[in-house]
Amino acid sequence: MSVVGTRVVRIEDHKLITSGGDYVDDLRDPLLTGAVHAMFVRSPLAHARISAIDTSAARELTGVVGVFTAEDVPGMDGPLAEPWLAVDTVRYVGEPVALVLTEQRYQLADAAELIDIDYDPLPAVIGYESALAGETLLFEGTDTNVCGTQGEPEAVTGAFDDCEVVVTETIVNQRVAPAPLEVRGASCAWGPDGRLTMWLSTQNAQIARGFLAARLGVAEERIRVIAPDVGGGFGAKIGADPEAAVLGWAAREVARPVRWIESRSENLTSMTHGRGQRQTITIGGSKDGRVGAYRLDLVQDAGAYPRLAAELLPSFTGLMSTGVYAFPTVEFASRSVLTNTTPIAAYRGAGRPEATAAVERAMDLFAARIGMDPADVRRINFIRPNEFPYRTPGGANYDSGEYEEALDRVLAAADYPALRAEQARRRAEGDVVALGIGVSTYVEVTANGGGGESGKVVIHRDGSVTAYTGSSPHGQGLASTLAMLLSDQLGVPMGRITVRHGDTDEIPRAIGTFGSRSLQQGGSAIKQAADKVIDAARELAADLLEANPDDLELDEGQWQVRGAPSAAGATWAQVAERAEGGELSADLWFSDGDATFPFGAQLAVVEVDTETGKVVLRRIIALDDAGPIMNPLTFAGQRHGGLAQGSAQAMLEVMDYDADGNPTTATLADYSFITATDLPDFELLEMATPTDRNPLGVKGIGEAATIGSTPAVQSAVVDALAHLGVRHLDMPTTPIRVWNAINAAKEVR
Amino acid sequence: MRVGIEVNGKQTTEDVEDRTLLVHHLRDVLGLTATNVGCDTTSCGACTVLLDGEAVKSCTVLAAQADGHAVTTLEGLTDPDGGDLHPMQRAFREQHGLQCGFCTPGMIMASVSLLRDNPKPSRDEVRHALEGNLCRCTGYHNIVNAVMDASGQEVQA
Repeated sequence: MSVVGTRVVRIEDHKLITSGGDYVDDLRDPLLTGAVHAMFVRSPLAHARISAIDTSAARELTGVVGVFTAEDVPGMDGPLAEPWLAVDTVRYVGEPVALVLTEQRYQLADAAELIDIDYDPLPAVIGYESALAGETLLFEGTDTNVCGTQGEPEAVTGAFDDCEVVVTETIVNQRVAPAPLEVRGASCAWGPDGRLTMWLSTQNAQIARGFLAARLGVAEERIRVIAPDVGGGFGAKIGADPEAAVLGWAAREVARPVRWIESRSENLTSMTHGRGQRQTITIGGSKDGRVGAYRLDLVQDAGAYPRLAAELLPSFTGLMSTGVYAFPTVEFASRSVLTNTTPIAAYRGAGRPEATAAVERAMDLFAARIGMDPADVRRINFIRPNEFPYRTPGGANYDSGEYEEALDRVLAAADYPALRAEQARRRAEGDVVALGIGVSTYVEVTANGGGGESGKVVIHRDGSVTAYTGSSPHGQGLASTLAMLLSDQLGVPMGRITVRHGDTDEIPRAIGTFGSRSLQQGGSAIKQAADKVIDAARELAADLLEANPDDLELDEGQWQVRGAPSAAGATWAQVAERAEGGELSADLWFSDGDATFPFGAQLAVVEVDTETGKVVLRRIIALDDAGPIMNPLTFAGQRHGGLAQGSAQAMLEVMDYDADGNPTTATLADYSFITATDLPDFELLEMATPTDRNPLGVKGIGEAATIGSTPAVQSAVVDALAHLGVRHLDMPTTPIRVWNAINAAKEVR
Repeated sequence: MRVGIEVNGKQTTEDVEDRTLLVHHLRDVLGLTATNVGCDTTSCGACTVLLDGEAVKSCTVLAAQADGHAVTTLEGLTDPDGGDLHPMQRAFREQHGLQCGFCTPGMIMASVSLLRDNPKPSRDEVRHALEGNLCRCTGYHNIVNAVMDASGQEVQA
C-alpha cells in the first residue's frame, strides 16, 4: 500500500495543537539558565550622523548587565559594508545602533530609553528618482547610489521598429513586509567547552553557523546552531541577520547566556522587506496578437545596504522575464539603488513574482491596445508543449510545461464566457458594482542553481527509522512528506519514522530551505539515502536468509525470497541487528538535481464599488502544476498560503515611507496584513506534469501560487474599471487608489 | 500584587508586578508557552485565550484583571486524564488548518469561543469571527474548513 499521493494528516501537528510549538522564545533549555535579555536600540531617523552616544545613565540603571555600541563591537571593511551596529551614520529607521542587556525583560525598555543618542539629520533618499538622481548619497566615497547593474541599459536591437503596435508603461511592484507570525529571535550560550550554542529562528541553520563562525572568528565546529520550531519564514529568515552575530559576541563578552526576541514593530522595520521594483515595460507586436519584442527595464530598491537586492533578486527577474511566452526578441536591464529604507531581500518568490507581474501586465496592456481578449493573446504566444526543453532568451532552460492546457482548464472551470457576459450586463445596466476578471499564466523556477542537499537514513536495531534532512521546514510539512516517502520505500509504517532537521550537530552539512527547493533537493537526498540503505540491507538479508541477494525482495517491510512468500523472511530489525553497531545507515549528499519550472494559470474575479473604490475578491481559480503530488493535503496548503500572500500584494499590502523616510506602516495596526475576511474560498484545479530534473520527478510548490495570483488579482481590478477608461493601476489596489483612478479617467473623458 | 487565577482547571496564586500582562504571566510565570505573542498592537490574535469561556487577547488583559476568574489556554483544551483531543484540535489537524503553528493556539481558542456563541456558523461567519486572528501560512481556507468540521458541518475541498 503506497501512502505517497494520498491525503495524509501531518505528523507535525499533534504537538502544535496540544502544547504548542517550541519556538525560540519558548525554550527553557538548561544552557539558557540565568540568561540576560537583549534589546537593540534602533535608529528613529532614516538618515543622520550620530554626533554623540551617552550610555552612562543606562549603565547605572538597576538590572543593566551591558550596553554596547559600534565602539565595542568588531568593525566591517568594504565600501558598502553593513556594520554590526551603526558607525557614525544611520541609514534607515530601524537600523541597530546599540545593544542593551538586562536581567529582566521588563527592564529592557527602561534601559534603552536612557541611552542618549544625538543625531544630526541628513536628507533622506526615498524613492527611485531620488536614489537615481544621487544628489544625496548613502555612502561617503561613492559617486552614485546605484549598487548593481545588469543587462543592456539602452534598447539595442531595434526590434520594436518593425512592430505594428508598441505599448509602454512604467509600473511599480511595491515593497511589502514578509511578516511571518513569529518575529525574529535568538537565544545563545557559550558552554564550558568553549562552544557557542545558538537557537535561531532560521530557515538555514548551517548557513547561519557559517555566518556566525566568520563574524565571531571561531571555527565552525565550535558553533552549534539549532533551528527550533520556526513560526514562518517566507525567505526573510534565510541564514542569519547581522543581529545574530552581535548576540553571539555579547554572550561571550558578558559570559552569560542571552535571549532576544524582537517586537512586531521592530520586525516591520528591521527584518528585510521584499519586492520593490519600478518596472518600465515595453511590448510590441502585430494586431493579430503576436508579440514581436519585449523589454523590461527595472530599478530595484535595495534599501540601505546591498543584501540580496543588489544582484540576486533582479537576476531572477531577468531570468524569468519572458514567462510562458515565446517572444522572438527580449531585452532586460536593471539597476539596483540604495535608499534610506529597510534592506530588501528574499520574500516568497524573490524576484520571480516581479518578473511575472511585469510580463502579465504587459500582455494585458498589449491585448487592450489591439482590442483582443487577454486570454486569446496569451494563447497565441505560449511556448508549445513540443518545444521543451526550451531555452529562453534570459538563459533559463525550461523542463516541461503545458501552458495552454492549464489556461484552458482554468477558463473552463471559471466559465469564462459566462463571466464576460455578466460583466457586459453590468456595464450595460450601469451597475455601480463593476465586475472584473483577471487572467494570469505563469512559470517560475524552483531549486534554482541546484546546489544539492544532505540526506541520512538510519534503521535502528528495533526496526524504527530516523531520517536526517538538510532541508529545514518551518510549516511546509516536509517531515510528513519525507516520512511518507520512506514509508513507501522501506515498507515501514509512518509511526515508526522520525524526521530530524535544523541542528548543525546532527546535520553538519546542509543548505536548508528557500526557493521551493526542499522536496526536489532534500527529498531526493532522502530517497537516495534510503536506496543505499536498501542495497546494503539486501546483502545482509541474503546472509540471514541464506539466499542470493538478487533473489530477495522487500515486501511491506519484510525481506523475502522472491517467489517463496510462505518461507520465513527477515524484518528490518533482524537485518539492522546484523549490521555493524546494530544499525544500518546511509549518509550522502545529493547533487544531481537541476532547477525545475512549475507553472500554472489563475483567474481572479473581483467586484469593485465604483462609488467608494472598494475591491472585493470574489473568486480565485488556480491551477498550479508542480509535477507529481506527494501529499494532496499539504500541497493544497502551500497553494492556499501562496494565493493569500499573492492576493495581499495585489489588493492590500504595502510597506510605505513618507518623504523623510519615516515608515508609515510599521505596526500591524497600520500594515494591511491580509485577513480571513479579505479572501474567498479558493478553487483549486489539479494538473501534474513531471520533470526529469530530479529522481522524484517533482517541482517546488512553495512559491508558485504567490507568483500566479498577484497579477491575476491586479488584472481583475484593472479589468473591472476598463470601461471607465482605466488601463493601469499600481498595487495595492486600495479604495483611495481605485477611486482616484476612476476620477482621473473621468476627467480625461 | 497577589493574583489568583484558575488556569486550565487548576487554581494558581502568584505575586506579580501590577503591570504584568496576562500573556506574560501565562508564559513566563506559569510556564504555559503555547500562547504566543505575535504583535504589540492587539492585531494578530496569537495570544488569544478563554477568560471565563470567552475569547480575549491576553496581551491586552492585565494578569490582575483575571484575578478571581478562569482562564483556559490551548494546553487546557485536551482532557488531562484521557488525553483526548478537543474536537477543534482534532479538526485543525484533520483539515490541515495549521502550517507553522504559531497562530494556531490563538486560532483554536478563538474558534472554540466562536462555536460556543454560534454552534453552526456559515463559512462567512467563521471568516468574520476570525478576522482578528492573523495567519500568514494557510490563507485561512483550511482554518475555515476546520471550524466547519468541528461544528459538524460540511467541509469544502
